[in-house]
Amino acid sequence: MIELTEEQIQRYSRHILLQDVGVEGQEKIMNARVLVVGAGGLGAPVALYLAAAGIGTIGIVDADVVDLSNLQRQVIHFTKDVGVPKVKSAEEKIKAINPDVKVETYYKFLDSSNALDIIKEYDFIVDGTDNFPVKFLINDACVMAGKPFSHGGILRFNGQTFTHLPGTACYRCMFKEPPPVGAVPTCSQAGVLGAIAGMLGTIQAAETLKYFTGIGELLTNRLLTFDAKTMQFRTVPVRHRDSCAICGTNPTIDHLIDYEQAACDLKH
Amino acid sequence: MIMAKIYVNGDAQEVNLPLNVSELIKQLLVEDPEMVSVQVNEEFAEREDWDSIQIKEGDKVDFLYFMGGGNLSIDH
Repeated sequence: MIELTEEQIQRYSRHILLQDVGVEGQEKIMNARVLVVGAGGLGAPVALYLAAAGIGTIGIVDADVVDLSNLQRQVIHFTKDVGVPKVKSAEEKIKAINPDVKVETYYKFLDSSNALDIIKEYDFIVDGTDNFPVKFLINDACVMAGKPFSHGGILRFNGQTFTHLPGTACYRCMFKEPPPVGAVPTCSQAGVLGAIAGMLGTIQAAETLKYFTGIGELLTNRLLTFDAKTMQFRTVPVRHRDSCAICGTNPTIDHLIDYEQAACDLKH
Repeated sequence: MIMAKIYVNGDAQEVNLPLNVSELIKQLLVEDPEMVSVQVNEEFAEREDWDSIQIKEGDKVDFLYFMGGGNLSIDH
């Protein structure tokens, strides 16, 4: 176990003051290894709050560079970072917030060839990706590797998230397979209010911290959805499905799949 | 015609029976049926069964929407 320094006791005092966290909980946070897939709208607030909380090691996967159109919601990236790989930009901010955090960067797409190798190095995975093929890939890889993860999705004024632990409902229990490529909303229909990313990402960060400290009840077997237009929040009960192709009794998926992705390019 | 009270995404609603899941989706003007997953009484409803699943009084129907990340592969 880690011995907290004077400085750390001060830095994390508002955690330590919480009876449910305390020094012991803070030490669990500091021993944790979390992988954040996607340093975008969701990954940004997740990484910022996990860094501030003192998560021991944060891995970040992202193959993109910062684009001007990202800055409306991806709050870990600044105007000066346009053109810089998102993993580099995110690493710099994490280090600036909390030099205690070790950052591991993967400047690449997560795909069927590398997902299991990367995921197996971490205790908890946060899905902050923007597309369905990778969301299914993360789900399948985590189920195969027996890893817990937080799922997150946002669209326009809505967000949804759940937490998966081995044995609880997975993304395929709820959604079975990716939507047909032609059905995915085109970019012009698929905007998002920037702050929605923050609302959803901070829920994912809170779930991550709850996981490591064992506080309360995780969002397992429940899908939390909200509509920011009405500010209605709702948790829909979902069940682990025996017929699920990845986590059911007789799984039919025995390898990771790279699904086709909806193509969309606003820049041209 | 028989009226029935059902719960759609948690909200009470009156519908006319008989009614199957596909017809309910049409009535509710669900924008893009290919982008939803349906649960009836907390059980996942297979897409190919939507025509044959009959709605009953008191049923709880939930539409779960596919949500990505707000910028669909713009940078890829």
